Amino acid sequence: MLSKLKQKRKIYLDHAATTYLDKQVFLAMQPYFTKYYGNPSSIYAEGRKSNGALNDSRRTVANLIGALPENIIFTSGGTESDNMAIYGIARAHEKKGKHIISIPIEHHAVLNPLEDLKKQGWEITYVRVNDKGIVDVDEVIKAIRPDTVLISIMYANNEMGAIEPIAEIGKKLLQYRKERNAPYPFFHTDACQAAGYLELNVEKLHVDLMTINGSKIYGPKGVGMLYIRRGTPIKALILGGGQERRLRSGTENIAGIVGFAKALELVQASKEKETKRVGAMVEYLWKKIQKEISKVRLNGPEIGLERLVNNLNVTFMDVEGEALLLYLDEYGIMCSTGSACTSESLEPSHVLTAIGLPYEYSHGSLRFTFGHCNIKQDVDYLMKYLPAIVERLREMSPAHLGERVYKKRKS
Amino acid sequence: MLNQELKKEDLSEPVDIRAVDGGGWLYSDIVKDHFFNPRNFMKWGEEETFKHNAMGRVGSPACGDEMVLWIKVDPKTEKITECRWRTFGCGSAIASTSMLSEMITENNGMKLEDATKIKPQDILLRLGGLPDRKIHCSVLGDKALQAAVNDYFRQTSQHQRIITVGSKVIDKVLNITDKDIEEAVLEGARSLEDLQKKLKVGVGDPDSVPAIEELLRFYNEKYYGN
Repeated sequence: MLSKLKQKRKIYLDHAATTYLDKQVFLAMQPYFTKYYGNPSSIYAEGRKSNGALNDSRRTVANLIGALPENIIFTSGGTESDNMAIYGIARAHEKKGKHIISIPIEHHAVLNPLEDLKKQGWEITYVRVNDKGIVDVDEVIKAIRPDTVLISIMYANNEMGAIEPIAEIGKKLLQYRKERNAPYPFFHTDACQAAGYLELNVEKLHVDLMTINGSKIYGPKGVGMLYIRRGTPIKALILGGGQERRLRSGTENIAGIVGFAKALELVQASKEKETKRVGAMVEYLWKKIQKEISKVRLNGPEIGLERLVNNLNVTFMDVEGEALLLYLDEYGIMCSTGSACTSESLEPSHVLTAIGLPYEYSHGSLRFTFGHCNIKQDVDYLMKYLPAIVERLREMSPAHLGERVYKKRKS
Repeated sequence: MLNQELKKEDLSEPVDIRAVDGGGWLYSDIVKDHFFNPRNFMKWGEEETFKHNAMGRVGSPACGDEMVLWIKVDPKTEKITECRWRTFGCGSAIASTSMLSEMITENNGMKLEDATKIKPQDILLRLGGLPDRKIHCSVLGDKALQAAVNDYFRQTSQHQRIITVGSKVIDKVLNITDKDIEEAVLEGARSLEDLQKKLKVGVGDPDSVPAIEELLRFYNEKYYGN
């Protein structure tokens, strides 16, 4: 029993929730806390130093996503950027129309503003996603009405890693607008989960607005950005000193912005290598789970091009996710669940519900999201405990979803 | 196979994560103990040999919690001498069923009459409390017990003793009962506004609002003491 204490490790498999700070990012940020503290709006040397860092960061980020520096607005993170895109467009264009298109598996940073707009008389069309969580390009285009001002569709889903066909939608939309010689509807994508692994070039994606945040890419929390294409008028939500081209007032979070830019640079540079490395681990884990645990189901797209490479979302039938998490936590393994029990609302994951997964399946789902710190041995460590934990909880469970095919084992 | 190297017994004494990182646990020590070392659960294959004389089932996996309780009753003393259970649910659901199983069988067993009087807060008290939003889990325990006791009465042809919890329709338009309101309070509704968010109660039937407010006060006092 004691030998287990020696073995006790911490296995972080929740990178879609947030990431730790990359050491290089931390080092890049450090001088901007105490050494270069000036306000970038100030004219003296200290201020100019900060302003220089701000400009450098903006240029770095712009280069990475194929944009111009003036198209980058730094914000306090993904939630603010999503809110800014939606309310910003809604308020600037409500005279043109009050209709927005989105999908039901968006993050709440998109869904809640949309639901709020609904109360203010807007109409929202949620285009359905298929059982893998992927939206059909043509269905999105078909949903466009003369009064549609915005389409907001996430790049990759946080819960089950479904990658949406953003570039294809963007391309068709471009054509749609060209034919009508109109700028509407604008196209926003939340790329928070995608930023570490996918192509971010806005010219290839044909998006007008794009959200990225620091806390999912080994950058600091509380900082993110919104890309706003030239010719996409939006209204500011935060008014004050007129920073960020008057679109987002407030003294710039220099250390955070420097860290964010560095983090984006690093993840984009290592994206091919990481995709291979992390992808192999996810594949290895899924194979092991299928081999060693019965009655499991992969939620979301098959492992491959339609699925974010670091995500594995699995339902373990007849057991409940929070109970699994509590057991895993005891062994130092950190991941998350779509079960209602861990959500504030006590509702199961809206994402899993949207792909048609019955509640009882959502309740038993676990999401493993891999990242920098993981090695193949982490999968071995996890799989040393997971089958026994699932079996233990199944033994206590009266539920029998589908066929009870797993072996009864005498204890 | 790796999973076969790990015996089930190993799982009953897990490493204490708090000793490693100093952080607190989500639940009380008692809840934790009952979750990791559940008492009296029905093992596989044991159903055939246990020889229960009544069974109660409540909930479903779709709503997130399901509980089955088997009891053995001594017909002479009307005491529950033994019980077994199975629960599909989160940590607190498992722990509260385990605790309930202990409560009704300790000290040579609880009389059926007393068992039907067990309230969710009795289980809560013994567990050292649960987070507010988790309370609905332990409510299932007393419901499963009630169902099992009723099953016993049915099995022994004592139909007159079956206790049916009558629910009263409060909102006639949406057909919402006092039970629904109780459930909503247990899930954290503390004000009329919370309640309306959850149930839309009273919206179509404004005349029912005073009765709703009274029930809201009653259940809030019952479960939260205010």
